Amino acid sequence: MNSRILRTLPREKAFYFFTSIGNYTGESAASLKEFLEKINVVNVKSLEFHLYRGDFEKWITEVLEDKELATEIRILRSLNYSGTILKEHLYRIVAKRHEELSGNF
Amino acid sequence: MKLKNNALALDATDLKILQALQEDARQTYTAVGKRLGIAHSTVYDRIKRMEQYGIIEKYTAVIDADKAGVKNITAIMTVFTDPKESEKVAEKLRESPQVLEVYTSLSEELVIIAKVVAENQESLHAFIANSVAPLPGVLRIRTSIVTKKFKETQFLIVNDRKNLTFIKENENHNKIGESRP
Repeated sequence: MNSRILRTLPREKAFYFFTSIGNYTGESAASLKEFLEKINVVNVKSLEFHLYRGDFEKWITEVLEDKELATEIRILRSLNYSGTILKEHLYRIVAKRHEELSGNF
Repeated sequence: MKLKNNALALDATDLKILQALQEDARQTYTAVGKRLGIAHSTVYDRIKRMEQYGIIEKYTAVIDADKAGVKNITAIMTVFTDPKESEKVAEKLRESPQVLEVYTSLSEELVIIAKVVAENQESLHAFIANSVAPLPGVLRIRTSIVTKKFKETQFLIVNDRKNLTFIKENENHNKIGESRP
């Protein structure tokens, strides 16, 4: 199961970071590891855009198939953070989960 | 109307016929002939020839989407691409029914400009995120949603001999579009 969540996806299944409707940043993530890295790369506006649309939860649930991480992100969404605080919290949540999965793998 | 190297050269009469059809493609050969002072059989022959050579691509209806109750949104999408992949990206966009027009342009960077329609903002975003961003060679995308339309027309024939061009048989690109019913 862990290896499935940590797998590298084909490009059509990757997560594409936008800053608003139709405005693609050029950054994408094709695995949980890459997703973690991109949290520190993309503009925080992109993180806010996707978090509050529920895009992260949707991709993590439906594509990565990690319900636990999706739940953590849903909780983060309910806290209404923005800016750097949001970026830091999101990074921490995803890093922790990535570490758990990598350690058990 | 002459043939030169398997290409059809349009003369001033052909252009006047095209102009008339662009104004009203449903008018009769007789009406066009009367307007231009030529026989209806001449109009018929020339129109058939231009159809055969693909100069007249099709006859279609121009629909007022608002009056028809269609609530689509229109967006202008600029796709920044790797120059090596831009042709392929443009070809892919051309295949999508949501994409009405596609152009390539070279300013500081090579970009593709496309006019896109969608049911709403959500479906526009889904189309761009799922079908455009993943295309190999797409570097980034900027999209502007149209809020108000001030003008929209088809390409119009200008009856100017200096602008006459030869259109090769079977040529599929840059053809003259068609007009309203």
